[in-house]
Order: sequence, then C-alpha cells, then structure tokens
Amino acid sequence: MMLALLIALPLLGAVVPLLTERYGRSLCAAATALAPLLGLVLLLGQRSAVFAGEVLYLQQPWLPDLGLNLSLRLDGLSFLFALLILGIGLLVILYARYYLGKNERSGRFYAFLLLFMGSMLGVVLSENLLLMMVFWEMTSLSSFLLIGFWGHRSDARRGARMALTVTGAGGLALLAGILLLGSIVGSFELSEVLASGHFIRNHTLYPLTLCLILLGVFTKSAQFPFHFWLPHAMAAPTPVSAYLHSATMVKAGVFLLARLYPVLAGSEWWFYLVTLTGLATLLVGAVMALFQHDLKGLLAFSTISHLGLITLLFGLDTPLAAVAAIFHIINHATFKASLFMAAGIIDHETGSRDMRRINGMFKYMPHTAALAMVASLAMAGVPLLNGFLSKEMFFGETLAFEHHLFGSFYWVIPVGATLAGIFSVAYSLRFIHDVFFNGEPINLPKFPPHEPPRYMKVPVEVLVFLCLLVGMLPGYTVAPLLATAASATVGGVLPSYSLAIWHGFNLPLLMSVIALIGGIIVYASRRPLFRWYAGLPDVDAKAVFELGVRQLVAVAERLTGILESGSLQRYLVLMLLAALLAVVVGLWGLPELAGSLALTRPDPVTALGLVLLCLSALLTVIFHRRRMVALMMLSVVGLLVSLAFARFSAPDLALTQLSVEVVTIILLMLALYYLPPATPGESSSLRGFRDFILAAASGGVVGLLTFAVLTRPYESIAGFFLDNSVPGGGGANVVNVILVDFRGFDTLGEISVLAIAGIGIHALLQGLRLPPPAVDAEGRDWGRERHQPILATLSRVLLPLALLVSVFIFLRGHNLPGGGFIAGLVTSVALIVQYIASGVRWTQSRLPLDYHRLAGLGVFVAGLTGLGSWLFGYPFLTTSFGHFHLPLVGEFELATAMLFDLGVYLTVVGATLLILANLGQLAQPDPGKEVV
Amino acid sequence: MEALFALTLGILTASGVYLLLRARTFPVVMGLTLISYAVNLFLLAMGRLSTGIPAIIGQSQSYTDPLPQALVLTAIVIGFAMTAFVVVLALRSVGETKTDHVDGQERRP
Repeated sequence: MMLALLIALPLLGAVVPLLTERYGRSLCAAATALAPLLGLVLLLGQRSAVFAGEVLYLQQPWLPDLGLNLSLRLDGLSFLFALLILGIGLLVILYARYYLGKNERSGRFYAFLLLFMGSMLGVVLSENLLLMMVFWEMTSLSSFLLIGFWGHRSDARRGARMALTVTGAGGLALLAGILLLGSIVGSFELSEVLASGHFIRNHTLYPLTLCLILLGVFTKSAQFPFHFWLPHAMAAPTPVSAYLHSATMVKAGVFLLARLYPVLAGSEWWFYLVTLTGLATLLVGAVMALFQHDLKGLLAFSTISHLGLITLLFGLDTPLAAVAAIFHIINHATFKASLFMAAGIIDHETGSRDMRRINGMFKYMPHTAALAMVASLAMAGVPLLNGFLSKEMFFGETLAFEHHLFGSFYWVIPVGATLAGIFSVAYSLRFIHDVFFNGEPINLPKFPPHEPPRYMKVPVEVLVFLCLLVGMLPGYTVAPLLATAASATVGGVLPSYSLAIWHGFNLPLLMSVIALIGGIIVYASRRPLFRWYAGLPDVDAKAVFELGVRQLVAVAERLTGILESGSLQRYLVLMLLAALLAVVVGLWGLPELAGSLALTRPDPVTALGLVLLCLSALLTVIFHRRRMVALMMLSVVGLLVSLAFARFSAPDLALTQLSVEVVTIILLMLALYYLPPATPGESSSLRGFRDFILAAASGGVVGLLTFAVLTRPYESIAGFFLDNSVPGGGGANVVNVILVDFRGFDTLGEISVLAIAGIGIHALLQGLRLPPPAVDAEGRDWGRERHQPILATLSRVLLPLALLVSVFIFLRGHNLPGGGFIAGLVTSVALIVQYIASGVRWTQSRLPLDYHRLAGLGVFVAGLTGLGSWLFGYPFLTTSFGHFHLPLVGEFELATAMLFDLGVYLTVVGATLLILANLGQLAQPDPGKEVV
Repeated sequence: MEALFALTLGILTASGVYLLLRARTFPVVMGLTLISYAVNLFLLAMGRLSTGIPAIIGQSQSYTDPLPQALVLTAIVIGFAMTAFVVVLALRSVGETKTDHVDGQERRP
C-alpha cells in the first residue's frame, strides 16, 4: 500500500497547487511540497528493509488477461531513484518559488511538476513492465508540458515538440520491445523477466527485442544520434532543466538500462551497441559542450556527455562497471542539478545566459560563485569531490575490461575516456573562468547583478554540500545506498570494491592527471579552437528536424491527396478492390471450388424465375440512363426476389420483401419527381470499361463464393430454435419467435435504428425546398388532375380491408408467416395509398397521427415489454404465454411476445410514414399545390 | 440449382456494382438496392437452398434453417431505412448544390 501511496501522492497532490495558487507563491510552494515530503518520509521509513536486501511488492490485478497488473516493487535500485526524484524534486520546488516571477502561473507549473514526479516514480517503482510503459509515456507527456511551459515563446514550443516527438517515437519502439520481451517470457512481471535472462538471450528474437528497447532508452537518455532534442529542451524554465536533465527524465533511460541489465546484458549485441553508443555520446557531448556560448547549452551538452559515460559503463558489462555507473548516476544528479540552479540564478540576476557577456560575476555574487565553482569542479572530476570518485572508477573500468571483442583496438575505450575527460575539464573551467572571472560584464540587460534571495541558494547549498560530503567521506555517506542499488542492478553479489579517495599511484590516477592538465591546455588555447569551430558548417539539429517533419507532412498530404481526391467514385473503386482482394485471398486457399455436397437438379419453374431475375437486373443496368424505365425494371427484380424467397422455404421473407418493395418503389418514384429524369452519359469509355471490369470481377467473386459455400455441408445451431420454439416461445413460426423472443434484444435494436432513420430523414428534409418540375421527361405537362377519382374512391374502400388484413397478419404471426414487421408494412402501404389518391392535406386532416410519436411509442412499447419481465424476476425480454378461452372466438393464445411485436408494428408504421409523408410535402411553397 | 443460383447472385452483384460506380445519385441508389437484394439472397442461402419446408413447426417433416431468415427479415427492413436515408440525402444534396453528381459538383475539367 505504501508503494501505491508513493506514486499516488504527487499525482493527487497535483491539484493542491492549483487550489492554493491564489494565496501567494510561498504558500503555494509550501503546499506543493507537502506531497513529496510525505512521500520522502514514507520512502525513508522503508530504508532498513531495503538496505537489508528485501524487495517489497504490491500486487493488484488490473487487466490480467493482457498481462497488465498494478504491481509495484521497491528494491535498492528503485529506492535510489525514488530518493533522487523526491529529494531533488523538493529542492526544485523551493528553488522555483523564487525563480518564477509574480505574474507567472506558478500553480500550473507546480501541478505539471508534481504530475511529472508521480509519473517518474511510477516508472522506477513498477514491477509490471506494461505498467512501467504507461508511466513512461506519462513522463513524456508531462515533460512536454513542462518544457513548453512558456508557451508564448516559439523556441519553447518547438523544443517541447521536438522532445515529445523524439522520446515519443522511442517510446513506441520501447513498447514493441517490451511486448516482445513479455511474449518471450510469457509474463510482464519484472521478477519473472529478471529470472529468465539466460533464456531470453538465447531466444531468436533477442536481437530485435534488444534493439527496440535500446531505441527507447537512447532517445530518452539523449544518446547520440538522438541527443539533439536535449539542448533545445533548454528553452524550459531553469527549474525544469535542473529537475528533468539532472536526476529524472533523461535518467529514465539509464534507469531502464540498469533495470534490465541482468536480462539483456551479457551478449555481443549488448556490448557493441551500448558501448559504442555510449562512447560516441560521451565524446560528442564533451566536445560540443566546450563550444557552447549559452550557459545552459554548455550544461545540456555536458549532460549528454555524462549520460554517454553512464551508458558506456553499462556497456562494458562487468559488475564493477555497473557499480561505477550507479555511482555516477548519483553524483551526476547532485552536481548537475546544482549547476543548473546556479545557471538559473545567474540568468535571473543578469538577464542573460551568454558566456561572452556575463564575465566577472565573482565580484557581484561571491556566494553563488563559490557554490557554482565547487559544483563545476565536481563535474570536472577534481579530487575531494564526488565526481572524482566515480570518474576514477570509470577510468579504472575502461582499463580493466579485457574484452576480446575489440581485438587489437582495446585501447580505443581508455583513450576515448581520457579525451572526454580532457574536454570535460576544459568546459568546466570555461564555466568557472568565463562566468566568474575574465574581466568585466559586457552590456548586460540587468546591471549591476547581485546575490539572489537567501532561500533561492539553499537548494544549491544542499546539493554542493552533498558533493563535498560524498567526495570526502564516501564510505560513511553513500556506500550503503550504492551497495544496495548496485546489487539490485546486477542481481547478485557484488565484487569487492573500495570507495577510497587514494588508491596509490596507478593508471586511472595518471589518466585523471592527464585529463586535468590536458583540460587546462585546451582551455588556454580556446580562442583558436573557437575560431576553428566558427568556421565549421553550421548544422542546426533543429532545422534538420523541422525539415524532416515538414517533409513528412508533405508526403502525408500528397498521399492523402491521392487517396482522398474528393471523388466518391474513386473511393468506391478503391474500397471494392480491397474487398475483392480480401475475398480472393480467402478463396485462394480452397483446394477445389466445389465441395462435397451433391448438386440438386433445378426445376423448370425456379430456373425460369432465376433467369428472369438475371435478365431484369441486366435490363436495369442497360436502361439506367432512362431512370423511370430502370426503376420499373428494378421493381421487377424486387418482385422476383420475393418470389425466390417464397420458393426457397422463406414465406416470411417473401411477404416482407413484397411489402418493402412497394414502399421502396413509391419512395424512389417520389424522389425521381425532384431529380432529373435522365442520367447524362458522361463516363469516358475508359472509365466505363474499368467499371465494367470491376463489376464483372465482383460478380464473379460473389458467384464463386456462393457456389463454394452452397456445395459444402455446415453445422447449424438451428436445432435449438426448432426444438424450443413451441415449448419455450409459444409459437410455431420459428422465424417470428426468433425475432420477438430468442433474439428480441437484437430486434429492439433494429427497430430503434429504423425509428432513428425516420427521424434523421425528417431532420434532413427540414427547410429543404425543391422546385417541382413543370414538365416530365417527354416535355408533357404534369397532369392537372392531381387526384384521380377512381383511385381515390377505390382506395377509400380498400383501406378498412387492408387494415383488416394487416391485423390478421399481425395476429397469426406467431404461428404462421406474418408478424409485426409485415403487418406494419402492409398498414403503411394502405395509408400511403390514401396519400397518393387523395393528397397530403386531405389524409392528414382525417388521420391526425403524429408519426414521430408513433415510431417512438413503438420502441417504447417494445422496451417496456422487455422491462416487464423484470417485475417477475426474469431477465430482460423474457416472454411468457398462456392459452385463453373466449366465447365465440374459442381457444386462443396470448404471449407477451405479441406485445413486443406490437411495438415493432408501431415503429414500422411510424417510421415508414414519417419518411414518405415528409417526402411528399417537399415541394409545397404554396399550400395550393400538392405533389401527392 | 446451386450453380444457377450462384450465377444469379453474381449477375445481381455485378449489376449493382456497375450502377454503384455511376456519377449520379439515382443510379447509385438503384445499385445499392440491387446489391442489398444480392446480399439478402446470399444470407438466405447460408441456410442452404431447400424448397417446401418452411420453419413452421408441425407443417412438414424437416425444416429449413430459420436463423438466416430472421437475420434477413430485419435486414430487409433496415435496408429500406438505409435506402430511404440515402435517397433523402441525395435530395438534400440536390437542394444544396443544384446538381445530382455524387461529388456535389459537376465534373471538374
């Protein structure tokens, strides 16, 4: 529980600064600090258990089927990182109180900071790798908000975007890697993954998994060649840089290296990839740092270089190197955080970060200068400071490793390390000498600068004090923490090592001396070096990146332009091709087209019907330019389809199809009244040919598919419905019982769709006025005699009869072909005939039905029937039935399903008439004229 | 019988697809209608073709598969709703753009 609280405290605490912002900056900062402070106390409470080598777990299933659990762990490594995150986080909160101006939204800033802190804690405390991935992405997102905090500045926005893009892309690779890792091991729990290192390294997917995970690590930890985002992230407020780029964000990558070290390390792949990347980053960062004129730029490249150093140490793949790496993570966090804070103070007090202008600061702020100088010396690796110890270990390890993999080039690593050491001394010297000495300041925006507020220096003092303490008394301070964290990393017993300052005269000491002297020489000869650097072609990583993004967008736009040309026909062609491909691929696998079932002989009547069906379909196409003729042909197709239903033992379908056919044709004729009567022939021959080929191919594929299916036996679940229809549903017409009983819930959904379609059509037609044509296709006037007397008289006589038929069909539906759908359609047709024969106004004045209400009522009745079964303690839509006896009528059956069917009936009538009556009223600008 | 039925479905589909690819709304609606006929017949045929044995208990010895029929019945009604919606969309499009071209504008040069 404590572990969950550790993560939850800052995440929940993110609300606190937003609420306390109005009470002033000090109170806001104090309130913000509460959550991390509490977290720190909780964490330190576990100190003795962790130092004793215990691992604390919290396990809570979340989505166990996906392997995602809310499981957390606290061991030495996560303890160390949680300590850094909370400790430095607290100092940054104090520092930011003074750094941010009065008018800045410090509440927002603190909220982002706490969100980031919580996500970071999540990363280091996760036991489940997928959970860690979730927090990993949260750090990317919240760091985006922090880097882009000054959203009014374009460099902040761009820097934030670049950081998000690079780390986000790496995050995707990492996710793929983690998924692979999980599928290799069969679990995403870290303890299981850590236990199967040998198995993973021998798996065929190991190289791919390793590369993907390393991509995530290298982008996050700004390793060469993905390092370019980090300098641009310096557009962030300095407290953010101090936090993200010393102890947290960029350390997440190396944390993962350490976390998965027992699993992934120990192979040639690991050695080459990690060592060489680390070495390249170490050198590039160190050299580039010297040439930066921006104070924070120097620190950014130095951060890159130190991250490279840590990566290189992990790559060397010896337990001692891992100890040195962990040690350097601690040391780098302390001195780099304090340096960033010092740089922020200088920026704050002088208004500039350009080292060519801020000179001689020692005179104006001696206290800050002293602190910054100590921290820079630690960065340079000067004895009696913590940086010296880990650097000495690093030099020692580069010499100690006797890897056969570099062959006779084994000297590359120690020489590279020394070279980086030289440059590291040089840029540290530059930081000290250029800023605090070197004459007088030049043209500062704020002059004269003076010491910052007292408490702004406290965080720097604390960190510098730690540098000194660790540097002088390593055995009494950092040793137990380091030992616990390192043994948790290596996953076993550590070799013996000594944290002493003095190891006697040996090679590492010589390398340190070379680095110190060489650094001084390099710094002394900086002017020709700067001139040489200025002569280099200016490669701006940001420009390259932005160009890449622009090109990507251009390619995407072009692709979208090709696919989405605004032509519906083109889309349809593409979709049909895709659908065709899918079916063809499926059919390809069949050994032969015809299955095992014997073919049946066609009887002459059915054959004639099917041939007529084909002919009328073809005629529809042939006459499609003359729309009325084509519509007639289409109605023939529809009638033949309903006959086909009747022939193939589907009387319900035949009835439905027949009545729908009538309604559909009336609808299309109504529409045709407003549309041009003929289709212009505008397709080019080529396009016509293409469409013909595509149509023939689709038809062919459908035909083949149908044939292949029909000649194969199949398993059906029909037996259940046939057996239970009468005893369970109380009806002999199985199709109807399925609709209103077994699958009643589906039907409820379907009538809802129908009602929605009706209402949607009503809405679409609101305010639409189409001019009625004066003449028909042949140029004749539309008849003056709008309502034929014969039709009107006949239809009025037929109406009660038709309604009677629909009642009959409705009532018998449960046992014989019929039911709510068909009855509803028959009623609709009967009513529409009244509209056609006598006109809208005549009919509506005699039939004041609100079709919206009717459709709604239908869905309501059906739903209510379903709910009714709850009253009797049955699940939704359970039906019940019984037999009743009435005098005269005799024995008959009533089922609640009938009530449901009534709902269906009402919906069908309501929706159908809603659609058609609305269409009929379209062209009535003046009430004297009516269409139907 | 099976081959003839398959051929019929093929021709229905081909006709529907050809009309679907026309440039004016009305043929497209007709094409959609043809395709839905084909689809409904196809679904029915998934219960295999049989004559004279409707799924009405007590009327014959064996019964055809009622499940595809129930599916197709609702499909027919929903298909009508869809057709109606597309028709009205076409009308609205004519009202707004003064053309019945499917792209809402006459063919670009």
